[in-house]
Amino acid sequence: MPDLRDLYQEVILEHSKAPRNFHALAQANQKAEGFNPLCGDHFTVYMTTAGDSIQDIAFQGSGCAISKASASMMTQAVKGKSKAEAKELFDTFHKLVTTGESNGDREDLGKLAVFSGVSEFPVRVKCATLAWHTLQAALEGKQEKVSTE
Amino acid sequence: MTTAAKLPSTESSVRSRSFDTGFDVERIRGDFPILARDIRGKKLVYLDNAATSQKPRVVLDAVSRYYEQENANIHRGVHFLSELATSEHDRARQSVKSFINAADAREIIFVRGTTEAINLVAQTYGRANVGAGDEVLVTAMEHHSNIVPWQLLCEEKGAKLRVAPINDAGELILDDFAKLLTSRTKLVAVAHVSNALGTVNPISEIIQLAHQKNIPVLVDGAQAVPHMKVDVQALDADFYTLSSHKMFGPMGIGVLYGKAQLLEAMPPYQGGGDMISSVTFEKTTYNKLPFKFEAGTPDVAGAIGFGAAIEYLNAIGIENIAKYEHELLTYGTEKLGSIEGVRLIGTAKERAGVISFVIEGVHPHDVGTILDQEGIAIRTGHHCAQPIMDRFGIPATARASFAFYNTKEEVDALANGIQKVREVFA
Repeated sequence: MPDLRDLYQEVILEHSKAPRNFHALAQANQKAEGFNPLCGDHFTVYMTTAGDSIQDIAFQGSGCAISKASASMMTQAVKGKSKAEAKELFDTFHKLVTTGESNGDREDLGKLAVFSGVSEFPVRVKCATLAWHTLQAALEGKQEKVSTE
Repeated sequence: MTTAAKLPSTESSVRSRSFDTGFDVERIRGDFPILARDIRGKKLVYLDNAATSQKPRVVLDAVSRYYEQENANIHRGVHFLSELATSEHDRARQSVKSFINAADAREIIFVRGTTEAINLVAQTYGRANVGAGDEVLVTAMEHHSNIVPWQLLCEEKGAKLRVAPINDAGELILDDFAKLLTSRTKLVAVAHVSNALGTVNPISEIIQLAHQKNIPVLVDGAQAVPHMKVDVQALDADFYTLSSHKMFGPMGIGVLYGKAQLLEAMPPYQGGGDMISSVTFEKTTYNKLPFKFEAGTPDVAGAIGFGAAIEYLNAIGIENIAKYEHELLTYGTEKLGSIEGVRLIGTAKERAGVISFVIEGVHPHDVGTILDQEGIAIRTGHHCAQPIMDRFGIPATARASFAFYNTKEEVDALANGIQKVREVFA
């Protein structure tokens, strides 16, 4: 039986209450909006990129604890990374939250490993990945809003 | 079923006869097989009745008996089973007719549910009577299914959808509603009870106000019929819609009630078998009511199960149900309202079946997950009523919705679950 504490880890609760990089980015040259129509979660991800590098990243919006903490920790994890590295990290993260496994890449995930409990709560996977899908859309320069549906 | 006489106040009789209403809720719970199951090792506390209700054994039995003993297509066979299925289907229609006190069984149209009923009226009555520059009036507390069909109609016709506002308690502002009734208004479509807030609208007054200007009224009764006595003639409703699955019957069937004279004048909705009297390639004449609006083989088992649900409700007595649920809702409102950090959304004086709330600092989605771990089923989200969420400036609510098989102890379990949510997020 899944344990609530696996899902609502201290780090996650802490980030949901005090999200990092939680603001607009005036100089952003890439941004995207993502929403989950089922629960109304809605985030905008802003990025300043130079060449292949994500120099700065921030987000705004509202959502549940899982989606907000995930967005917050994502911004910390991808800041300073290359676009390709960010995409790779999303793949690893996605595998983690859907299967609980990470192919021995857990070290790459760093703090993001706290989201492994999400895999026990399948309906919450969309919460954990909303910001990441939005990031991906921003990287690909998509204009339309990203929906989890 | 009769309600048991009051017994001396032993511990067990106190437990089973909540609130001294003489309502034997423990016995009633025994009629619903699913209520006995566990969820994640905990007792199921089912508080999502506004989404769909559970089904008593008599309904499940009626459906399986139909398929085991009576299955045949209706209206066209001369054989025994076809006649039997036809008469059982007719009997279900009579049950609905009596339950809402329609004048005539011809006014009871079987559809898939409230959503289809509203679409039917929009696409037939609406398309025939609403033109460019006309208006359809709804309220700010409608379910999406009583908004979008009218938007589609208005878009097609160049008409305008007007919205009567609600106050901070979630009540319709009747004066503003009355002002929106003009010579351009061709139809009013309003919920009897709000699915997201539980507000009971003053339907009689709404209908009287509209009728003073000769405007017909469609009432979305999906959330009202399971909780209170509805008399469509006393209300003088022109159309009234309901869904079987929200009133302890099967999914996939519901009813459009319409006054015969309106239904007679409306063009058909879908074409096909059963809705015709005769067909040639030059000209088709339509069948009489209610069959004109029932193209194709209907959900016969669904109708029979629906009929069984109504007979079950009749045996308990809808007035007894209303009285018991009122006590339960009052208890729940006080209990939840007194928890620190809980804010009730929708505090109308007249409410039925629903307590919508938010917890300070906790998103409803997280509330739902934590309560689910306790075996407590509630709904979180916008409840297909996004404009209401916008009105209250919140993305979503947690909604506990009740039926007559819910107990005071389940309300207590919900309150304890909410405390647990607050502990997790403390």
